[in-house]
Amino acid sequence: MNCELAETTIHGYFDGELDAVRSVEFERHLEHCPQCQAALEGIESLRMQIQQSNLYEHASPELREKVRKQIAQETGKDRITAGLSWKRWFLLPTFGTLAAAAALITIMLFVIPSHRGATLTAELIDAHVRSLQPGHLFDVQSTDQHTVKPWFDGKIDFIPPVADYATQGFPLVGGRLDVVDGHNIAALVYARRKHFINVFAWPNREKESIAESSGSRQGYNWVAWQSGDMQIYLVSDAALSDLRELKSLIHP
Amino acid sequence: MLDPQDKIRFEQLVLPHLDSAANLARWILRNRPDSDDVVQEATLRAYRFFDKFHGGDARAWLLQIVRNTCYTWLQKNRPSELMTEFDEEVHQRPSANPETLATQANERQRLMSALESLSSRFREVLVLRELEGCSYKEIGEITGIPIGTVMSTLSRARERLRQILIGMAGTAAKEVL
Repeated sequence: MNCELAETTIHGYFDGELDAVRSVEFERHLEHCPQCQAALEGIESLRMQIQQSNLYEHASPELREKVRKQIAQETGKDRITAGLSWKRWFLLPTFGTLAAAAALITIMLFVIPSHRGATLTAELIDAHVRSLQPGHLFDVQSTDQHTVKPWFDGKIDFIPPVADYATQGFPLVGGRLDVVDGHNIAALVYARRKHFINVFAWPNREKESIAESSGSRQGYNWVAWQSGDMQIYLVSDAALSDLRELKSLIHP
Repeated sequence: MLDPQDKIRFEQLVLPHLDSAANLARWILRNRPDSDDVVQEATLRAYRFFDKFHGGDARAWLLQIVRNTCYTWLQKNRPSELMTEFDEEVHQRPSANPETLATQANERQRLMSALESLSSRFREVLVLRELEGCSYKEIGEITGIPIGTVMSTLSRARERLRQILIGMAGTAAKEVL
């Protein structure tokens, strides 16, 4: 004899999807139906087997990171296309940035001067990574250099080299204030395809100038040079060749 | 367009289900690198359509997008795989031959191969039910299967999986003899 319930209702019962009445009805049936009893045992052991085999595939940390980054970038794009007023960004308190800045200043007290170059690079890479965290990329969001440049007035005692290179494939996205080595520095953000490039600029207060250098570290590339009395650092996960291209635009 | 509040909501409501997204995509596509790409694409889509999410079950909402993205991806990259999808009796050959499978003493490996040889329509309901713990209502929402037929689909999927496992065990027994 073939019991029809063994092929349908039993699954609803097993999965706890039957309402109380149907559930009681089925239990009554189950008592007298060896086929359903066997079937129930079968699906129970199947579930046990599946659950004990540890088949769940979790998201890898790499995937998490990629997704997070992608959304941060997408948000950047959103802001541009939405054309939100920069004033809004200006007024938004960047709590995280302040906390990060405070942490950085604390760290700075322990920095060993002889490793200045390497430490500086590491810090700027950190600053770059931090800027990609949600909501940290810019304090002023605009593709217009005439909006970004005045924003820095009164916040820093130098004029950063702000220009839009959209036609050359490096659209200006915005700017923000960062703190490195205990000083306020200007950070300009440019987009390069799907990447962001941070351009850090500050007046060189050291006697000796920092040599022109480039390299990569932790998967990020950097290019550094001195332009007049201004120290400039480009940091990004974009290709080194892209960074060199941007450098030649900023400092022809 | 999304404002910063939406982004925070997205991070709080949707991103916690990234494991579920990775799991479902991995089991539909049967390969990790591809499924990671698809999950990335799907979360981006979800983010772009987040203003269409009006509360409710965020996991089901995300998984629905992940599933659609998986099938779009399959259509583009492995169309032959989808040809057999509607014929439930055609069981796709496991990637390894039965002899190799049978001699694999590893229970987990055997179960994986059995699941992977199911058609993806069966595999997805099993994954959603047994690994993800979804209710029938959620399974219906995610897969588009009418709620009334979720039970019978699950029933056939379980039966099919059971048969494949029995078949494997049979081959294994013959090997031993």
